[in-house]
Amino acid sequence: MSLLSMDDVSVEFRSAARGVVRAVAGVDLTVRAGEVVGLVGESGCGKSSLARAAAGLAAPSGGRIRFDGEPVVPVKWRRRPAAQTRLQMIFQDPYGSLNPRRTVGSQLLDGIPAELGGPDRQHRVIELLERVGMPARAATRYPHQFSGGQRQRLAIARALAAEPKMIIADEPVTALDASAQAQVVSLLLSLVRELDMGLLFISHDLALVHEIADRTAVMYLGRIVELAPTRQLMATPRHPYTQALVRAIPQISATPTLPVALLGEVPDGANIPAGCRFRPRCPHAQQVCLTEPVLRPALDSLVSCWRAEELSGEGIQV
Amino acid sequence: MTAPEPLLRIENLAVSLPAPGGQVPVIHRMDLQVTAGEIVGIAGESGSGKSLTALTLLNLLPPGARVTGSIRFAGRELLGMDERGWQQVRGSGIAMVFQDSSAALHPMLTIGTQLTEHMRTGLGLDSRAARERAVELLDQVRIPQARRVLKAYPHQFSGGMRQRIAIASALACRPRLLIADEPTTALDVTVQAGILSLLDELRTENDLAVLFITHDLGVLSSLTQRAYLFYAGRVMESGATTQVLTEPAHPYTAALLAARPHGLTSGRTLRAIPGVPVVPGQAPPGCPFEPRCAFAQPECRAAVPARVDIGGGRTLACVVAPELTEAVR
Repeated sequence: MSLLSMDDVSVEFRSAARGVVRAVAGVDLTVRAGEVVGLVGESGCGKSSLARAAAGLAAPSGGRIRFDGEPVVPVKWRRRPAAQTRLQMIFQDPYGSLNPRRTVGSQLLDGIPAELGGPDRQHRVIELLERVGMPARAATRYPHQFSGGQRQRLAIARALAAEPKMIIADEPVTALDASAQAQVVSLLLSLVRELDMGLLFISHDLALVHEIADRTAVMYLGRIVELAPTRQLMATPRHPYTQALVRAIPQISATPTLPVALLGEVPDGANIPAGCRFRPRCPHAQQVCLTEPVLRPALDSLVSCWRAEELSGEGIQV
Repeated sequence: MTAPEPLLRIENLAVSLPAPGGQVPVIHRMDLQVTAGEIVGIAGESGSGKSLTALTLLNLLPPGARVTGSIRFAGRELLGMDERGWQQVRGSGIAMVFQDSSAALHPMLTIGTQLTEHMRTGLGLDSRAARERAVELLDQVRIPQARRVLKAYPHQFSGGMRQRIAIASALACRPRLLIADEPTTALDVTVQAGILSLLDELRTENDLAVLFITHDLGVLSSLTQRAYLFYAGRVMESGATTQVLTEPAHPYTAALLAARPHGLTSGRTLRAIPGVPVVPGQAPPGCPFEPRCAFAQPECRAAVPARVDIGGGRTLACVVAPELTEAVR
């Protein structure tokens, strides 16, 4: 059974200037225990809006989100029910989850379930720090005394304090150097494998997602346009948008070429193109694309493109 | 026959910044060259001195910074010039674009005002001629409907478009060298690809030299012809980009490559470089990378390795690497 399931989830925002903006427009996605699911797409595709709804930080305007069989409901300022603290979120900026004015140790203590009492709580703090590769003395220090990569590991320790079954990580390494990225990503992966956790890993970096995700969903303008096992998705992207994302990754090569740019930009969520949402930027758009496609099984992938089979025959190589 | 003098030649550059306990050295014995029409890359982790080198080239370091050595640009020594001399160099000699384009663009002035302002002072154009030049610049950076864009404000554009406008603004006074400090780091890969192509086109169309600072080795590979790998304010390795990245000589370069997600090669794991980068002023007496290096030997701790020519236009600052390379062969 899936640990986290999203069923026809929509997220809408109302703005005086732009009217109703549909950031997420009907998404189905599941994450199982011990599984890493990647979620990729350009900025403005609705990845973070979906993540916030999935974590119960914002109410979806439609659809159902269930964690461990129970509906996820936004808690606002009330205390989160104990069962829901097993779903934790990590953000791009670790300062978002660490208080700069309190020691790391006292913040970790906050997250440790109340059942654990007395000296065991202090031991647990040390254990958590060790788990993320930080020395015990980090407990008496403040967040600003650490580098960006170390702070992100502390934010992960804070999330782990609640003994989560599932972590939603929204661009957790985007602000870090490659080497610090590798440390944080390896840590997240080891947690999934050793603690049998579920991980929803959101990133705009397809190359990074490729290293860690079992399955990957590609999001465009509020919809999932392709969902497939990650390796397959990267090796044989079926949706023209996925193809564009893959071809835009700069590669190290003995015969270097410039990465290929994708024309145009993600349209405004208040002004979604009719028919296929990707049509205005798609090099393969035709008459049929004036009707909106649905996510359907095609060529061992789930693709939302009418022409997927036809285009694969044209030998679009990446 | 002597080779023509490069557009930019940095020799034996050392920079130190004021700190509570005295001056802290941040750039050590730096040598770097850029030839006209060439794109040269500087890569390395945060804190390796990439951006400080760029700021030194424009004399934009904080007050109290000490700079020694030599920076020759277009046949002229820059160090020791007065502020008037630097003002001539900035803009019409060397221009810069930054990671955060909104820092380069004033939010409350129209694009037109911002583009024409320094052309009127820098090139002495009247307002009409400056407007024409602004339209030409926007065309050059492939921004459609240039005349309408002149009347718009920065917030009306996406990050990628703003970066194009910032590039147009940097090109306004026809610089010969453009320094681009992580100009695509904050952008999506799809948009980044467009900016990289644009820089490459500007290089060929305008005979512009580009000094491109990045931490992404994929970007380094696809855009630059030569590369310098920085660590702790020193050049660890330099040479033709393809050679440096496909046959790295320095363990630091190899470690950076191993830590990078490859995207299309599957079945490998990311290998983080152990430890954290050296804090300026606390560098060990020997090779700065030695504490994190998998191949470190006792002799690495004795002295900072000299940067030596290893042939084929490559340099290397490592005492064990030549033996390693030999052993691999």
